[in-house]
Amino acid sequence: MDAIFIQVLNGLDKGAAYALMALGLTLAFGTLGIVNFAHGVLFMLGAFCAVTVNKILTISEKVRDPSITFFEAYKEIPYLETWWGDVGTTIIDYSVPISILFTIPVMALIGIAMERGLIRFFYKRTHAEQILVTFGLAIVLQEIVKHFFGANSIPVGAPDIVSGSAPVGAFFGLDDTMVYPWWRLIYFVFSVVVIGGVFSFLQYTTYGMVVRAGMADRDTVGLLGLNIQRRFTIVFALAAVVAGLAGAMYTPIVAPDYQMGMQLLVLSFVVVVVGGMGSLPGAVAAGFLLGILESFASMSEVKQIFPGIDQIIIYLVAVAILLIRPRGLMGRKGVMED
Amino acid sequence: MSQQSPKQDLMWMAVFTAVVLSMPIWMEPFGAAYPDLLQKFAIFGIFAIGFNILFGLTGYLSFGHAAFLGVGSYTAVWSFKLLTMNVIPAILFSTILAGIFAVLIGFVCLRRSGIYFSILTLAFAQMSYNLAYSVLTPITKGETSLQLELNDPRILDAAAVAGAGLPSTELFGMKLSGYPGFYFCAVLLIIGFYISLRIFRSPFGLKLAAIKSNQKRMSYTGFNTRPYLLSAFVISGMYAGLAGALMAVTDPLAGAERMQWTASGEVVLMTILGGVGTLIGPLLGAGLIKYFENIFSSYNEKVLHDIFSFLPDMLENVMVFIVNPFVGDGWHLTLGALFMVVVIFLPGGIMEGYARIVAWVKKDRSQPGGDDPHVAKPQPNEG
Repeated sequence: MDAIFIQVLNGLDKGAAYALMALGLTLAFGTLGIVNFAHGVLFMLGAFCAVTVNKILTISEKVRDPSITFFEAYKEIPYLETWWGDVGTTIIDYSVPISILFTIPVMALIGIAMERGLIRFFYKRTHAEQILVTFGLAIVLQEIVKHFFGANSIPVGAPDIVSGSAPVGAFFGLDDTMVYPWWRLIYFVFSVVVIGGVFSFLQYTTYGMVVRAGMADRDTVGLLGLNIQRRFTIVFALAAVVAGLAGAMYTPIVAPDYQMGMQLLVLSFVVVVVGGMGSLPGAVAAGFLLGILESFASMSEVKQIFPGIDQIIIYLVAVAILLIRPRGLMGRKGVMED
Repeated sequence: MSQQSPKQDLMWMAVFTAVVLSMPIWMEPFGAAYPDLLQKFAIFGIFAIGFNILFGLTGYLSFGHAAFLGVGSYTAVWSFKLLTMNVIPAILFSTILAGIFAVLIGFVCLRRSGIYFSILTLAFAQMSYNLAYSVLTPITKGETSLQLELNDPRILDAAAVAGAGLPSTELFGMKLSGYPGFYFCAVLLIIGFYISLRIFRSPFGLKLAAIKSNQKRMSYTGFNTRPYLLSAFVISGMYAGLAGALMAVTDPLAGAERMQWTASGEVVLMTILGGVGTLIGPLLGAGLIKYFENIFSSYNEKVLHDIFSFLPDMLENVMVFIVNPFVGDGWHLTLGALFMVVVIFLPGGIMEGYARIVAWVKKDRSQPGGDDPHVAKPQPNEG
């Protein structure tokens, strides 16, 4: 029981990342009909937004270290600390949550620029060409990030107060020794909030209603005199923001490097396919499901029976789903069927 | 191109053979006439030709062809380790094994088309890559990559002389490194090209092209398209296996990174850059990419300063600053940018560009105005 519980928890944070990515992919696909191979890079760019904020906050000056007396020693003190003292230290400590404020506008701008600058020319092209051009864009963006930040991963810490582990066992009246990193719990809660936000935006606002109508029948909505194109561009930007937030908040879990998005992208595509192309609830459900499944497959008991299963379980499930239920878990009839 | 007679084909084959075999001579002025690079041209040419049989003819975009390349490499190295250093068995085994893999994977993947097919092949390639790194390490040696060792059995070869170094690959006693290696690859490239030419001209090739243009109509007329698709998939997988084996022939070592999906992306790019669905295009694309990869990645800031030294100092520094991110380690940036430019402006690749120029010259000579049918691009059907 305890083992199962902890595996479910382990799967949640990964599943949250998959779900957020798959949500963005599905939004882009459902609205613009674009298969976006650059979506993983958006995740990576979000993570590097957090890195940038952290770097900016910790711009330092060299100060003589008075504690060392027998030679001239210098240490770097961030300007924020010299200016504001403890308040500055706290701000630096909370750089990742603060970076959210920076990530949202930046990613929205990147999303709009990407859609207006490149993707709108590819509405009418084949999916193969969409895949190829976004794949090229992904390589370019990756290399640009690599040029500025280097090829090594850059660790960014979570705030001190949540860098430890939460006694989840005690919360649920299970074994007291069971602990789980706070930040991963926060990531899970955060992703639930973001997903809930996106869904309620689509479900309960007039704007979202028009977008949903456009997803169902674009031409009719256009004939009613609504500028559906602009709304879809905004939705694409929203997808970019979701991916960017997923990336920014992921930095304390895995130190970001320029390739992180590509690895995640392949998995998120598989998630989208399993969930059902074009189905938002399907994408989210499949994300969490596959994340948890993956963490179960990496249990040593399972690995003894099927060695290496943790490496391929997601792909195996995807292959099985595509063959048995081509539409995916929650795919609707008629969407992307052949 | 399909209007050409068999006689013309033969003539083109002769020209092609001469061009390929004389590469060491006419590549000299380009600074590319050394065996390592020429071998790469031939090997990636084979890979791209094979990929084009699938993507170019049927329109099925596979993102997992690197898996077959990896299978080919591993098989070849194992053949060197267990049987003999002779390359013939290695190549045969690799091609056949890659073919068997392609049958299995193709049987599953070809049940779907369009983007689903791409994702399925991608999933299989990632699976092979992950397995090669984890569970299959006894076979693949994981991160250290599979290499020859002194105490390999090599049951068909005579016992190694004590104190001798690692044996090298050979073809009945002829060592296949340097130029002999290139000629060996070149001969296989010519054979592979001829086979692909025959496929393009055959009724089988026509059926594949018909699947690309309208699969639904094909099945309405009573064709079961799947066997044809599967054969095309297997053939292109075997080409990839052959290319993988040749990589092992020229350098007997096999690593899992050959199976990574970026490697699959590279062959897609080669094919697109040259011209999808044309005979010679993929070869051109493979050659160009490998050539520029070689040239660009050897540049650094100092070389750039030398190149732009004819400019005034200010301008020189500006040019170096602009160009520098694109060369050396930044080669991938150039590759990605090239990829985008080609897909956006010239989806038919170099061959389309060539056709456009030809059409433009012809139009200029005859009468101005009027749409030229040669420029029209066939719209592949997305299933």
